Amino acid sequence: MLWNSLTYAGWGRVKTASGPVARPERVSSLQAALADDPGPAIGHCRSYGDACLNDGRPAVKMVRLDRMIGFDETTGILEAEAGLKVGEIARVFAPRGWLPTVMPGTGFATVGGCIANDVHGKNHHGAGSFGQYVTEITLMQGGKQTRITPQSDPELFRATVGGMGQTGVIVAAKLQLLACKGDVMVVTERRIDNFDSFVAALDGSKATYTVGWIDATAKGDQLGRGILEEGETDYGLVPAKKSSKSVPFNAPRFALSKPVVKAFNNAYYRRVSEAGRTSVKPIQDYFFPLDRIHDWNRLYGKAGFIQFQCVVPMGKLSAVKRLLEKIAHSGQASPLAVLKRMGPGRAGMMSFPMEGYTLAVDFRAGKKAFKLINELENMTAEAGGRVYFAKDATLGAQHVPAMYPELSTFAAVINKIDPDGVYETDLTRRLKIRSAL
Amino acid sequence: MTENWIILGATSSMAKAFGRAVSVEGARVFLAGRDMADLETSAEDCRLRGAVGAEAVTFDARDISGFGAIVERVTQEDGMINVAVFVGSMPPQAEIDADPSLIAGVVSDSYTGPAAFLQTIAPAMEARGGGTVIGVGSVAGDRGRIGNYVYGSAKAGFHTYLSGLRNRLTRSGGHVVTVKPGFVDSAMTWGIEGMFLVAPPENVARDLLAAVEKKKNTIYTPFFWRIIMGIIKAIPERMFKKMSV
Repeated sequence: MLWNSLTYAGWGRVKTASGPVARPERVSSLQAALADDPGPAIGHCRSYGDACLNDGRPAVKMVRLDRMIGFDETTGILEAEAGLKVGEIARVFAPRGWLPTVMPGTGFATVGGCIANDVHGKNHHGAGSFGQYVTEITLMQGGKQTRITPQSDPELFRATVGGMGQTGVIVAAKLQLLACKGDVMVVTERRIDNFDSFVAALDGSKATYTVGWIDATAKGDQLGRGILEEGETDYGLVPAKKSSKSVPFNAPRFALSKPVVKAFNNAYYRRVSEAGRTSVKPIQDYFFPLDRIHDWNRLYGKAGFIQFQCVVPMGKLSAVKRLLEKIAHSGQASPLAVLKRMGPGRAGMMSFPMEGYTLAVDFRAGKKAFKLINELENMTAEAGGRVYFAKDATLGAQHVPAMYPELSTFAAVINKIDPDGVYETDLTRRLKIRSAL
Repeated sequence: MTENWIILGATSSMAKAFGRAVSVEGARVFLAGRDMADLETSAEDCRLRGAVGAEAVTFDARDISGFGAIVERVTQEDGMINVAVFVGSMPPQAEIDADPSLIAGVVSDSYTGPAAFLQTIAPAMEARGGGTVIGVGSVAGDRGRIGNYVYGSAKAGFHTYLSGLRNRLTRSGGHVVTVKPGFVDSAMTWGIEGMFLVAPPENVARDLLAAVEKKKNTIYTPFFWRIIMGIIKAIPERMFKKMSV
């Protein structure tokens, strides 16, 4: 059948939606679904909040349109259907010496989702965002397919990349892959004592792939301590990894209680010796460390979790420190906290990246967490930073115009394309994206 | 030696997953069906995943006249000839009740069409002294039920055909695997009420490859359907006729 009446959730499981979902297996059935009852495209629903939800209205799940359509060995340009997982591209192409130029933290993200959120990866400081390597997009608008490039339709292209699906359904795209040595990573891990040395280490890193894990429970002199991970692709053999595991049920509340997280973080910090260490890992383990644990979101229990991710501009480093202080003193943080230096690279009007520092922290959902996140959002806005829509479930609409200065241009473009708002999602309605003129 | 796989009904999700699985192992695939645009895309996908060759060929289970051309094309290639049959159609029983002439189409798609194709290609397989046929039947063919007995009876006929073909091809070193899938997560079951323990097509494809490797005769996939169908088959007819399972 074309439609299935489903209740589905974002990855954080805090927000859910119920409505008809089509899951076409051919382009002709995608056309049929959109002619029948048009709605926004969704993928594997790996965005955390409500970017992938359309409550009470239709949505089109693109995951079965997941084929590779063509590859040019000389240029490294791969054309793929929107439902293809980015991790699948890495799995198939890394042994042949190619990788997606930009990869987000989960290999389950689809090509369409990576474009619609203009995602970034551990090489953002050097390579920029996903959308910068998209050379062509096939869009379906009202049953009609059009191919657009940054040259042919600059405005529509910049509204589509990072555009949260608002310009129509992304059916396929051409991606510029990156030549790599092979399918293993050489990873160097170093302990970092505190926030100031962390920033210095990130600024000074010459590595292609860099990311920092932060112990978000550490305070005082140890505030901002963590582990800096630097990686380069390489070739060679690494032992085959064991099969993936899955989390079979929702974890109880105490699993992520304050003392447990504190003890875990301490152990995680000390697992790397003071002298640091270098190891060789399969490429998938480095880029998508959590993908091997299926349904890891269940670790946060039934209530789900929220990831707060912001970016703060270069000159406002003190604001990042204040955010971390606030988080450390709240006692709400989970083990997952990441600090990264971002470059200026972005490809869309509504793209998240800006040159500066990005901080991402998971919080188990709850009243205290919502209050804290609300304060963090206010602090981010004050510092001239922005919150990442792919993670967001809580931001107030009043913050969006200042965080995203091209909002009014974007709104004008999409309102013209889609005056009836059929591609709207729960996120765009919550953030009043369409009415920002 | 190259394995050639002719995949009948290659636009279905189960067939797509199977085509990918044999492509990764370096087979040559012939994707047979009616939606050529879709099949061309799948063929490119198979090539990029490792198939030594992949092409779309026109196949309509209701048009026997087109079968010879496929056999001719495939026999130009060296290597073993294998066939995987994923075709079949299942209009809702109520539609068939309203228009009994639909039965002929169901039987052509699910039984006589693929059987005629296999009959056409069997001599070429025998000439090469081997090859495998995977025939996808259905648990619906194990017992006639009120909800889908026309489709079920066509699949039952196909099961019997496959066991006969197995008996024949064994003599020349070939093999036939009869597959009885339960509920598979496909466009056919999407949104249908009462589905449970729905298997992803990738898992079914994995089971098929394992069955070919081990030369199994009949498999249920997922495996527990053998138990479920064992129970359903064991119910005495005097009780079964009053039930709606």
